[in-house]
Amino acid sequence: MPDALRRSPLARLVAPRNARAEVVFAKPATRLILRGREDAARAAAAFGPAPPLEPLRAVEKDRRAAIWQSPDEWLLIAEEAEPLALTEKLETALAGIPHGLVDVSHRQAALEVVGPGAPRLLNAGVPLDLASAAFPIGMATRTLLVKADILLWRRGAERFWLEFARSFSPYVVDILAQAAADQELC
Amino acid sequence: MTGAFRTASGGRVDRGKPIEFAFDGVRYVGLAGDTLASALLANGVHLVGRSFKYHRPRGIFASGAEEPNALVGVGASESRFTPNLRATQVELYEGLRATSQNNWPSLRRDLQAINGWFAPLFPAGFYYKTFMRPSAAWKSLYEPLIRRAAGLGRAPTARDADRYANLYAHCDVAVVGAGPAGLAAALTAARGGARVMLFDEQAEMGGSLLAETKAQIDGASAAAWLAATLAELRASPKVTLAARTQIFGYYAQNFLAGLERLSDHLAGPDSRLPRERLWQVRAKRVVLSTGAHERPIVFANNDRPGIMLAEAARTYLLRYGVKPGSRALIATAHDSAYRAALALAEAGVDVALIADLREEADGEWPQAARKAGVRIETGARIAGTDGKFRVARALVAKGSGGEESIACDLVAMSGGWTPNVHLFSQSRGKLAFDEAMQMFLPGASAQDERSAGACRGVFSLAAALEDGAEAGAAAFGASAPHFAVEGAPDAAGGALGRATGAGDGAKAFVDFQNDVTVRDLALATREGMRSIEHVKRYTTTGMATDQGKTSNMNALAIASEALGKTIPEVGLTTFRLPYTPVTFAAFAHVSRRALFDPIRKTPLHDWAEEHGATFEEAGLWKRASYFRLAGETLRQTHIRECLGTRQRAGMMDASTLGKLEVTGPDAVEFLNRLYVNAFDKLAVGRCRYGLMLTETGFVMDDGVVARLAADRFLVTTTSVGVARVIAQMEDFIQTEWPDLNVWFTPVTEQWATIAINGPMTRKMLEPLVEGIDISPGAMPHLSMREGRICGVPTRLARVSFTGELGFEVNVPADFGRAIWESIWAEGRKVDCVVYGLDTLLILRAEKGFIVVGQETDGTVTPDDLGMAKMVAKNKPDFIGKRSLLMADLTRGGRKQLVGLLPEDTELKLDEGAQIVAEATPAVGSPALGHVTSAYWSPTLQRGFAMALVAGGRGRMGARVHVTTMDGTRAAQIVEPIFYDKEGKRLDA
Repeated sequence: MPDALRRSPLARLVAPRNARAEVVFAKPATRLILRGREDAARAAAAFGPAPPLEPLRAVEKDRRAAIWQSPDEWLLIAEEAEPLALTEKLETALAGIPHGLVDVSHRQAALEVVGPGAPRLLNAGVPLDLASAAFPIGMATRTLLVKADILLWRRGAERFWLEFARSFSPYVVDILAQAAADQELC
Repeated sequence: MTGAFRTASGGRVDRGKPIEFAFDGVRYVGLAGDTLASALLANGVHLVGRSFKYHRPRGIFASGAEEPNALVGVGASESRFTPNLRATQVELYEGLRATSQNNWPSLRRDLQAINGWFAPLFPAGFYYKTFMRPSAAWKSLYEPLIRRAAGLGRAPTARDADRYANLYAHCDVAVVGAGPAGLAAALTAARGGARVMLFDEQAEMGGSLLAETKAQIDGASAAAWLAATLAELRASPKVTLAARTQIFGYYAQNFLAGLERLSDHLAGPDSRLPRERLWQVRAKRVVLSTGAHERPIVFANNDRPGIMLAEAARTYLLRYGVKPGSRALIATAHDSAYRAALALAEAGVDVALIADLREEADGEWPQAARKAGVRIETGARIAGTDGKFRVARALVAKGSGGEESIACDLVAMSGGWTPNVHLFSQSRGKLAFDEAMQMFLPGASAQDERSAGACRGVFSLAAALEDGAEAGAAAFGASAPHFAVEGAPDAAGGALGRATGAGDGAKAFVDFQNDVTVRDLALATREGMRSIEHVKRYTTTGMATDQGKTSNMNALAIASEALGKTIPEVGLTTFRLPYTPVTFAAFAHVSRRALFDPIRKTPLHDWAEEHGATFEEAGLWKRASYFRLAGETLRQTHIRECLGTRQRAGMMDASTLGKLEVTGPDAVEFLNRLYVNAFDKLAVGRCRYGLMLTETGFVMDDGVVARLAADRFLVTTTSVGVARVIAQMEDFIQTEWPDLNVWFTPVTEQWATIAINGPMTRKMLEPLVEGIDISPGAMPHLSMREGRICGVPTRLARVSFTGELGFEVNVPADFGRAIWESIWAEGRKVDCVVYGLDTLLILRAEKGFIVVGQETDGTVTPDDLGMAKMVAKNKPDFIGKRSLLMADLTRGGRKQLVGLLPEDTELKLDEGAQIVAEATPAVGSPALGHVTSAYWSPTLQRGFAMALVAGGRGRMGARVHVTTMDGTRAAQIVEPIFYDKEGKRLDA
């Protein structure tokens, strides 16, 4: 695919940062929504990380991630920018099992908030308790950043992954930028 | 230097740091650590405002959040001006500019003080009586006048220059109030390992300990204990200390809302520093340690400057090093005022007399005062006061009989203490009246909450510390430490309501902020108010920002006496939140101006902007309305865009169109049940226009459904309807048909959608498309193919919403702009135009295509729209099918979609205009229907419209009349299709 023609919704935005937290924009990736029952999830283990059956969990393996979204929905994220080969591989593995597999690579954008101040920065707009005991590594949930629907996934003690609809990119980045600037001073 | 009334030493102010400020344009000097109130008092300024209704001179009355009088406007510039701040809470900073309020032309010469002379004309409830007639005058005359006369501060005229932050926070134990009880609770819970948050509205934590100079805790001075305690809390990583943070609201499930002041106390703060931060706190347990408010005593003219609460006088002296007067009269019914008297005397203030309402006063503090030689009269009350802008003397009626006039410039009074139960009451906890203490105390908690210290009637320092520690231990399963306290004897006493004999002549104030007197309350009960809620509204006592902090209990006692009922029988009014006023902008925090709402832009938005688009809002989306060239009128723009498309080609960004991918073996069955149409026979690669109903049988959404594979469909919806469609799908999949093997995924934003319409369209696409034969034979109208365009994967549809040959190019969104530019480059060769929503709406209306939400309003059936043929009646079921059989949906005379041609061809009718049978219908004539869409058509060179008209299809050719802002205008009813009725242009 002619990557030179791509224009990410984050392309012209500036990643905010302050002394304790930093926003890092994620590169383009293949994103697939897998829908189906447990049998589909099991068959989709061909992806690498098996889609977790445990609610609110994300599993990472070989730089791929499978994130539980609802009892019959998983978001699969793979590094490559070209979804075709992966889609075909998964469709083969899922053959005969009722399911839906839909490419949403361009539907969403993602960024990471990294650093010791990451939970506090997010809590400027995310109403959840982000203490490690309440929101451990490997937990992922849909929530709000002020008025934006986001998927929030804790990848590390000081590392959070956010997914959001592409048209919300400027809003999400602006909210984080304001919070980063505010929290630098107070 | 920093005020004649400053003590030489003592207090928590920094005498090495003078601070210059101005009040009403006069410059003064205070000290670091002062509030505006303490700094004014240090300079001998007591007169700081005029009262709400009578414009009486008022002074500083309290030392904290309960201040009812000293309301000031603060801010050097309009854009940072805040009215109605309590001077007792405003921290002093270099260059602070404050102004008094509610006076004109000046604080000393307030002309509206004349209201006071006419006070007999302004009793409680006077609004309701005096301004009844004529009723129209209320809005135009009375209300504006009253608002000007009886307002408090003025609203700033400039836009707020500040920014506001927000923080969601969670903890095991939230402690509200960092006085002795709160500190002990926080310390105990923290030592037990809890995540603790300690909130205090003041700049310095410590509460009453900040003015405590005598007591020893665990062998250390109170100040040293406080410092050590705060140091321990600060050192704990699981403890958050939030000073300057007022918890103002207690909501369900232990949700606390707080307001933190970040920059108001700073001289020249960093312009990027937010002014305030909203705290939204969810706590597993809450400890309320909010202390108590001292009550005034109700006597005649008890509101002059120089008359203040006794504990406030002591606080100014011991915490701020300010003597609030030179010669003091102490009026009390409680031992704690003796402690204030002793402190004042020790500091060199001449304490003329302690007049105690009680017949006996033998507690430890009164004994100490007696021992110190302070003159005490028990059974004595204040009969009145004198003095213009400051109290000059007071008349004391002695218990032994006889009156004595005492010269004084300070009256320090204490009617006892009222536990601060505002937050407890907000939490829905039940208050219980304690007969022995004559107080409302927290009873059963409604949430996981516990009160500690003075706010639940535990007043002495030792007991408050113990109580706090127990609350902290109970909140987090820790063990409570013991505190050894010396030098802080208990204080007892108190009186409620009206002091005997007071208030018969001159005004005796109960609610100082709202100017409510004893007489007003008596009048309210005489006029039949029986419930305290009615008394409150009739007199305004306990209302507004003050919420009766100092007045509630006195007002209640007076009302109960007048009604001959007990206090619990009369009841307490609800404590409204917020506890103290909150800036509107803080509630919005980041959701202001550019960030008020997310603004959604398509991948093609920037191109449109660069090419002169004017945008409109569709939900959160920005959509291009038109692309106006320099020098064009709007009609010229419409003509160019419409005719360019009809005659050659036009491109439009249709990316906001709602898109869903429906997958699974039962996808066909699902769509059959969802839409009125049947989809079994839809071949792979073909599209069908679908109509979706609500369960009630009315049109809910429409769109094109394309079959990509046997078990995969791409469904489009209206741009703003997609969320509604998803909700309907999700509802039925989850609750009605969980057995179906079908799933859907929203993909609106996955695709950039470029609509291309017009006879030259195919020519534009041919050089770009790979792997798809787009010739008329290979790709008929209503088909979809997958292939590539400029090397990028595309889902290419042949559909048309304009009646012209039309394609829709869908490409993954990141490629949208590049592909748009490639097609545009081809388009330039055939003089293609770019068009916006205006042109789309005109072109589709010329063809009679409906827009859901415009031709429909939630009461329109497929048959009303002339689409009955689309309904697959022989399908076993679909959403809304049964409802379509209801009598009302099948009766004759329903409104039906028709076209309208105004006789005046230049006329563009108004959307929403009523349609009537006569040019000048008689009053009461029903309308036949209404205009749903109206435009001026460049193609037809005339105005035209679509309308819903009763029995419309039976009225073809009829002449009707349509309302305009300027009388009715005649129009003819026609078929709702105005252009290319045969549909030949689709295959042009």
